[in-house]
Amino acid sequence: MTDAISVVGLVKTFGRTRALDGLDLTVRTGEVHGFLGPNGAGKTTTIRILLGLMRADAGAAHLLGGDPWRDATSLHRRLAYVPGDVTLWPNLSGGEIIDLLGRLRGGLDQRRRAELLERFDLDPRKKGRAYSKGNRQKVALVAALASDVELLLLDEPTSGLDPLMEEVFREVIREDQRGNGRTVLLSSHILAEVEALCDRVTIIREGRAVETGTLADLRHLTRTSIQAELTAPVNGLTGLAGVHNLHAHNSHVSFDVDASELNRVLRHLTDSGLRSLVSQPPTLEELFLRHYSAPTAARMAADGERSEVSR
Amino acid sequence: MNTLAGTGTLLRLALRLDRVRLSVWVIFLAIMPAATAAQYKKLYPTEQSLQAVSGVVSNPSLVALNGPLFGVSLGGLTAWKIGATEFILVALMSLLTVVRHTRTEEETGRLELVGATVVGRYAPLTAALLAAALANVATVLLVTLGLVGVGLPVSGSLALGAAVGLAGLVFAGVAAVAAQLTAGARAATGIASAVLGGSYLLRAVGDTGPTWLTWISPIGWSMRMRPFAGEQWWAAGLALGAVMALSIVAYALVGSRDVGAGLLPERPAPATGAPALGSPFALAWRLHRGTLIGWLVGMAVTGAILSGPANSLSDAVNLNQQVTDLLARMGGRKGLIDMYFAAVFGITGVVVAAYTVQATLRLRAEESSGRAEPVLATPVARIRWALSHLMFALLGTALLLAVVGVGSGLVYGLQTHDVGGQVPRLLAAALVQLPAAWVLAGLGVALFGLAPRLSSLTWAGLIACVVLLELGAILGLSQWLVDASPFAHIPKLPGSAFTGTPLIWLTGIAAVLVASGLAGFRRRDVG
Repeated sequence: MTDAISVVGLVKTFGRTRALDGLDLTVRTGEVHGFLGPNGAGKTTTIRILLGLMRADAGAAHLLGGDPWRDATSLHRRLAYVPGDVTLWPNLSGGEIIDLLGRLRGGLDQRRRAELLERFDLDPRKKGRAYSKGNRQKVALVAALASDVELLLLDEPTSGLDPLMEEVFREVIREDQRGNGRTVLLSSHILAEVEALCDRVTIIREGRAVETGTLADLRHLTRTSIQAELTAPVNGLTGLAGVHNLHAHNSHVSFDVDASELNRVLRHLTDSGLRSLVSQPPTLEELFLRHYSAPTAARMAADGERSEVSR
Repeated sequence: MNTLAGTGTLLRLALRLDRVRLSVWVIFLAIMPAATAAQYKKLYPTEQSLQAVSGVVSNPSLVALNGPLFGVSLGGLTAWKIGATEFILVALMSLLTVVRHTRTEEETGRLELVGATVVGRYAPLTAALLAAALANVATVLLVTLGLVGVGLPVSGSLALGAAVGLAGLVFAGVAAVAAQLTAGARAATGIASAVLGGSYLLRAVGDTGPTWLTWISPIGWSMRMRPFAGEQWWAAGLALGAVMALSIVAYALVGSRDVGAGLLPERPAPATGAPALGSPFALAWRLHRGTLIGWLVGMAVTGAILSGPANSLSDAVNLNQQVTDLLARMGGRKGLIDMYFAAVFGITGVVVAAYTVQATLRLRAEESSGRAEPVLATPVARIRWALSHLMFALLGTALLLAVVGVGSGLVYGLQTHDVGGQVPRLLAAALVQLPAAWVLAGLGVALFGLAPRLSSLTWAGLIACVVLLELGAILGLSQWLVDASPFAHIPKLPGSAFTGTPLIWLTGIAAVLVASGLAGFRRRDVG
């Protein structure tokens, strides 16, 4: 099976700013791919290039087996797009805009449209100017989700939605995934959303992919938090490789440990006599924060780790 | 809470945002009268030459266009020539400023951001009105100084300056009310502009017929201040009264509505799109139709009203010998009527071009607001999307000119019992303006495609055409500069011989500009 999206070494500059700096991104057909990054990392620029709205300065991008710039019109028949900041025509009603965008895309499923309106609790009779940010977002979501397309490009689609509606969005995407096997590129900075929905994730920072892989892969790269109650005070932990943030108080210890060293460190603990043990799997959030808190150091670390994942 | 809290801050913000825009407006408004007066001083140095030219301009058709000539003097002639143009432009400056800082801010949600800080309910409106008022006061001062500088009497100079400033203030008030009526800035600008167009036409009818119509027109009040011709200062009272009344209404309306809402009811919108709403063309029709229909009504009325006085031209009183001789050489009565229509259509062409520019720049407005993006992410090709909007710019312009021509032809034809002859004749005379307006559309598309950030310079192109048309000859600008305006090459129909060559050239230039703009748009980044 070919990849739905494959991007290699994409570069895009705006004046002096280098929005994309050699970005690599692969989205396999049928998967929900999380595209994570802070504001200004280049997520929207990437999606605009994939839509053929912008032309890359260097690198190659393939979308559904075509060239997103050259074959824009024919490719757009097979995809739907939800922008992160939806602006609507002030004089058109939400219902009219949904129908218009659906028809421009080649028709939409009326039953599905009605169902989505119901689930997202959206009133289609209001004029575009009267909608709140969240409701504008819903108009674009319904228009995209009710279209019969192979690929969804969603640019921070839940920004402005309340938690209830975020949940509805997740359900809809999950059902869709089970039923139709659509490919989804989901750009987001909401980690819980990505953890809940995505098969694989690419983390982008300053225009480059710093991590990519399945959630399991990525978790593997991060540290597990350990809290242990031991039968006797333990020695020698400080000297072990891969142990960080060690706090020891009598027989109680807490620390973070690199996934690669977990086995050895645990053996050391059991040797000392374990009374109780709490371990917390790494969250995407920690991974994310680690990449973004210390810019250059993190990037260098990330480069090393990236090669590890691809191996 | 103090309902005016924060007015000072908002006023400074408005002036900061508009510092370039308003400065250009004010300087332009100040230069025009002084430059006209200076040029007339050279052209008509003697009392006799002033008398002669005054005889020519006192015929009903020119009265309809520019208002009556009140005084045979350098100042009187200057006020007559430049007055109507100044009043309309200052009104536009004021109404655009007020709508921009009230309804546009509200529609975009920026006012909400500001409104959540310590800002009183009436502060935004007050700040907008004060910004417009400051610009008008500056205009009054500079116009007066300029005219005095040329050597005109102080009291007349001040009267003309005040007449200009008061016209501006009245339309700031009109815009303040219009901005409360609708939820859309575009509609508010439309309402205020329609009032402006209406008051120009009321005055045109009033000055050539039932005089009372002039007295209900704000433009009429400014003219009736009679600068340099025994100033009627009390006419300023009418304008000031109207400013007060309009402000009271606007403040009352602000007090009784919610932020974001208008007073005119929003009709319940359809829950589904009509079956036809499924193509970029259908979308463009929805976006352009309100503006186009408004313009069509306006231009039909304009065509009908401005052809009213044509037939009475022969009755033009007290033409002196010199003028009668001149007319005889031009083809007598018929020649004079043709000249009048040619002048009317020449002005109409530039006015209609404002629609052309507005409709063309819709492309950029759609793009920069982000509304083009979802459409271009569907299988709609860029060129098809652009053409759907351009059709309205190009063909809408043709339709507007046709409506002016047919309107004039019907009214004049009915008066002369020659509908069958006049309608096609005047329709053709109106339509020859089309290629020149298309060149401006071409300029707009070229900028949109090749230098999108500079798109709004198309308006500068239109303003240049207005200046060259209205003042090129008076200001003694060199011929090549006057010829830079596409409108300078349009045959003066009816009356003159028809020559197709310039029309073909202009259409060709427009086509090349449009094509290069579209080619650029295909290659560039969107957004």
